[in-house]
Formats: sequence, C-alpha cells, structure tokens
Amino acid sequence: MATSHTFRANSRGALDNAQLQRALGNMHRDFVDSRGRAVGEMPEYDALKADARAMKDHVLANLDFYLERFASACEQSGGHVHWAQDAADARRIILDICKSKGARTVTKSKSMIGEEIAINPYLEQGGLVPIETDLGEYIIQLADEPPSHITAPAIHKSKEDVAELFLEHHGVYGKTRRLTEIGEMCDEAREVMRSKFIAADVGLTGANFIVAETGATAIATNEGNGDLTQILPKTHIVLASIDKVVPTAEDGLTLLRLLARTASGLELTTYNTFSTGPRRDGDADGPEEFHVVLLDNGRSEMMAGPLREMLRCIRCGACLNHCPVYKATGGHAYGWVYPGPMGAVLTPALIGLEKSAPLPNASTFCGRCEAVCPMGIPLPSLMRHWREREFSEHRQSMNARNGLRAWSWLARRPKMYRWAVRFGGRVLRHRAGRAGRLNRIPLASGWTAARDMPSPEGPTFMDQWKKGTRA
Amino acid sequence: MSSNSESARDGIIGAVRRSLGRGALGAESEDELEKRLRTPDANTIPARSNVSHAEQVDMFTRYAEGVSATVSRVSRAAEVPAAVSDYLAEHNLPSDVVMAPDEALDAYPWGERPMLGIRRGRAEDADAVSVTGAEFGFAETGTLMMTSGAHHPSTLNFMPDTHVVILPANRIVGAYEEGWQALRERTDADGTFMPRTVNMITGPSRTGDIEQRMQLGAHGPRRLHIVIVDEA
Repeated sequence: MATSHTFRANSRGALDNAQLQRALGNMHRDFVDSRGRAVGEMPEYDALKADARAMKDHVLANLDFYLERFASACEQSGGHVHWAQDAADARRIILDICKSKGARTVTKSKSMIGEEIAINPYLEQGGLVPIETDLGEYIIQLADEPPSHITAPAIHKSKEDVAELFLEHHGVYGKTRRLTEIGEMCDEAREVMRSKFIAADVGLTGANFIVAETGATAIATNEGNGDLTQILPKTHIVLASIDKVVPTAEDGLTLLRLLARTASGLELTTYNTFSTGPRRDGDADGPEEFHVVLLDNGRSEMMAGPLREMLRCIRCGACLNHCPVYKATGGHAYGWVYPGPMGAVLTPALIGLEKSAPLPNASTFCGRCEAVCPMGIPLPSLMRHWREREFSEHRQSMNARNGLRAWSWLARRPKMYRWAVRFGGRVLRHRAGRAGRLNRIPLASGWTAARDMPSPEGPTFMDQWKKGTRA
Repeated sequence: MSSNSESARDGIIGAVRRSLGRGALGAESEDELEKRLRTPDANTIPARSNVSHAEQVDMFTRYAEGVSATVSRVSRAAEVPAAVSDYLAEHNLPSDVVMAPDEALDAYPWGERPMLGIRRGRAEDADAVSVTGAEFGFAETGTLMMTSGAHHPSTLNFMPDTHVVILPANRIVGAYEEGWQALRERTDADGTFMPRTVNMITGPSRTGDIEQRMQLGAHGPRRLHIVIVDEA
C-alpha cells in the first residue's frame, strides 16, 4: 500500500536510520562520478540525447499507430498480444496464462511495471510461486520489502543484512554458514537460483523498449538473469507499458547508448536482448509460447497534457542519483514504486494526487534532475505543475494557503512590500547579532528546527538595484 | 485475441487518440510512418568506431578487455583449437566443452586436439564451458552480436561458467547499426522474421547489487574469452 502521503514522517525515519545514511553516502562515488566520466567520454552525448527525445516525441504523437503496428508484427511472428487498461487487467491476464499452462513457479526478471501492478502477491494468492531472479530484487523479496531504487533495488541493504537474509532463507538448501564476502553471497545466490531457472514453468520479464517494426521486445541487464528467465521456461511473458514502443531496432540502439551511460557509467549493459516470438523450427531452446501484455494504467491520460513529456522516461535512475532529497531519504520514504524526482512526477499521475501530494513538494528545485536526464524531461516544471494543481484543488494546509494568500496580497503592493522586506531584514539582522545566524524565526520553525538560518546581509535587492550597485 | 482483449485494445487506442485530440490517422500519414519503418532514420552514430579495419579490431579488443572479457588473437584457422585448449588449460578449466552446431565452426581442425571433449548442441546445467561463433563484433564497445537458431542455441551464451567465442576478424565492424542492417537485409531477402533471440553481449555477467561492489558471474558466464581469427 502506498504511504506517499506520509512522506514527511517517512523521511524523518529515514534520516534517523544510520545504516541507510551510510549506504546512500556511497551513491556519489558509484553513480554520480561514473556517470560524469562516461558522459564526458561520449562527444556525441548531446546529439544522442536530442535524437532520443525527438524520436520519443514522434512516437508519442503517433502512439496509436505504433502500438497497433507492434501488435500485428508480434502476432505475425507467433506471439500473443494482450491489452490491459489497468493493473487489475494485467494481473488477471498474467495469472490466466500461468493457470492455462498449469504453472507452479514463475521466474521473474526485474520489472518496474511488475512492481506497479503488484504482481507478486497476486500470483501468490493464485497459488503460484513468483521468484525474483535479479540479485537485488531477490534480496528484497527475501526481506519482504519494496525496491528503494529503480535500478539498484537493494541499495539500502548492507552486506551484513544480505548475509543474515541468506542464513535465514538458504538453510533449506543446506547452506548454513554465515557469509562475510560479497563474492560468496553472489555465488550462493547463483547456485540457489540456477535450479529455480531450470524448474520454472513461466518466465516473466519487463521490457526496456518494444520494437514496432519487428514485434521484438528488448531488455537490458547485467546479470544474465533476464535471459535465463526467458529461454528456459516453456512460456515467456513480457510486461510492457504502452509508452515503451519505438519504431525500429536502430531507435532502440539510441536509447541503449544513453541508458547504461547515465544509469551507472557503463558504455552498455552486459546483455541487451531482443526477443521476437516463440522458438522457431530447429531451435534447441527458447520458449514455446511468447506473450506480451501491453499496459496502459493511466498513461493514455497523461498523453493529454504537459505530463506527456514524462512518458519519454527510460528509467535510468540518474535523477534519483543526483537528487539531494533522494540522497537524504532514500527510496522507501517516497512510499510507492517510483522514488526520486521521476517518482514525484509519475506517482501522482498513477495513484492520484490525493494519495501523493507531498512528493512534488519534496524538491529543492535545484534542477540537477533535469540537467542529467538523458531524455530532457523538465522534471522541476512538471513538479510545479502538480503543486499548482494541489493549490487549485485546495489540498494544502490552511497555514500554507493563508501564508501564500498573505504573500500575494503584499507582493501586489510594491511600496508596502519593499518597506516590509527592508524592515524584516533589519529585525532579523538585529536578532542574529554578531553570530550572524538565527536559530529561531517566527513561522519558519520548519527551517530552524534542524539548522540555523544565516542572517540577511546588506540592503535589500531592490535597494541595491536602485543604486545600480551590487553587494 | 479474445473479445475481452479486443475491447481493451479499442479502449486504449481510443483513449490515446482522445488525448492526442484527433481520430485515426489518415492513409497518407500512415504511409509516411510506414516509410520511416522501412528506411530507418539515421540516428546519431558515435564517430569513434569509424576508423580503419585494423583500428576497429584494436578498439574491439580494448573495449572488450575494459569490461573484463579476455581476448586472444591467432592468424590462421588451424591455430584455433590450440588457442581454445591452451586457454582452458591455463585457467584450470575442464576440457569438455559444448559447442554450437554451427557449420562455421567446422572450419577449424578440432580433431587435432583430441584432449578437447566436444559435444554439439544446446547447453545443460552441467556444462562448464561453451564454444560458439558470433554474427558480429562491434568495435564501438567491444560488443558481440549473437542470433539464435539451429546453429546457435541461446543457452550456450548464458548457462556455462565459461563462454569461448571464435570471432573471425572480418566479422568485426564499427557500430551496432551495421549488424542490424545486415540482419534486416537477410530477413528481407528470405522473407523470414528476426531470429527469435538477438543477444548483444558486452563482457561477462556481472552484478553490483550488494553495496554497489562489482562482481563477475552473477547468473551468466563468469568468463568470456574471445579468440579473434585473422584468416577468413
């Protein structure tokens, strides 16, 4: 269940969580520095970005055509296409396919849409055993937690946490030693997972994009779990949202050249796999059945206004990695599937502003998210779009509304405004005294409760402007 | 498609068109979009791999090694079996291999290395080493392109701990687009579809999911060894 509406309380807990803070402290070294290096090494980065953006805008403007084109190409190559208007449709379609195959276990490779429709608990209720195969997803499945990052789902877990989880859950496989090295943990997970790959009846993957020309679906992974998930079971189900379609494989290559680079500073993910239909005559492996579930779940509605730009998102996670708020709170505080700036824009569109109003406010508007977004999504202005909606729907607290009302009354009276600012500055300077900082300001305890406010210096901006000088 | 799904499709397509503020596209617009599909836009292709073939081979090697693949190079086809068995011996790996049933691999005199135990077919869990060819090597990032089919079961790329790839130097090209254009021409010519699976593989399997520390061999091969053969 979403807890986005209690973001404030969630984030307070996150700030007090020393271990989470330690884990988040590594993000700069691991994601920010390596992205900067990798972008610097690609002289055509800006050109790729412009191409990718123009391509996605073209697709969205013709989305009906490309979706139907994808569906017919996929069906021609022997695949089955299912259309799901909402999460409930998609869950039912997937469970029906599993049941018709008499399936017992379902291996899964990482899919954010899978999280969005909460497919795992639904499959469990239906008597199936879903198994997350991406190492990070597997760890949080054992811990019974949601992912805290869209590309590094277990970023909040330490290796000691992982050792504890493996000790608790791997005893049934005869693994009873507490592990200390990360390499040992990867090996144990590999061994445990291998038999599950082989035994699975159905493999469920997401899609980084789907190709209208050929009916192919594509995934980008580093572990190889997405491939074992789809070539070993008899049935492969792909879950993709409708915004994932691109015209040709070449258009997909443009996205791939950006994706790994901005996500983690790699040139390319280890495995980029294109899958078209079921196994062919003469093939010794591969699935006998291939299903694609196309999910709308609110996206067609987003197409109507400014939020259409959000549908260019390729889920690289760069905006999370560079966000001062995400870096302070981690992903769980955001209370639903998508955290960080992209989550602050997407979540209200998918679950409703009434359940997620704090998220578009969880921003310093520093603009780094937009600067690092490979698809040029104006995240700050889309957050502002939600704030305006919040105001027009009277969703803020009375204090906030009255404060804004008072400010706008004053701002429309320039003389009085200037006098008030000058007077206010003088009062604050006097109260700050020699220390030059304030630890209590009326009506601003939200700021001063955790840190001091520097005292204003020199005359007001307007006074300086009039004099033609700059302090 | 069930009627239920048909109404869901109509619902989604209708909602998309409502949001776009238009009805179905006219025949003329559809023709234009079809044309874009047939003759894909030339998106930006990074210039770095647009160099001489000799430099492309070097670039391929450099990038592949940069992501922890290993590369060896032989001048003649006759040297390939020795290059494979030497690699396996050097790393204390089993000499029993599962090899792709690919005619291209028959060009190498495997019989001269009786120590290599060779089974042809798909990979099973017990197989420790696979040997395959590849459609292309891309200099741009040291990436291999493999297509599935009777000649190349995909399990060979993912199940064994060690994946050895025999790559004739003339299969090394610059950018990914060259490989995709070749696939398109081939499938257009014989009227077939894309291969079931196209894998672009860059280095061995890896994960950074525990404390962001990179580990090789998450679920796929721990080692990827590429033997480049100069003689075509």
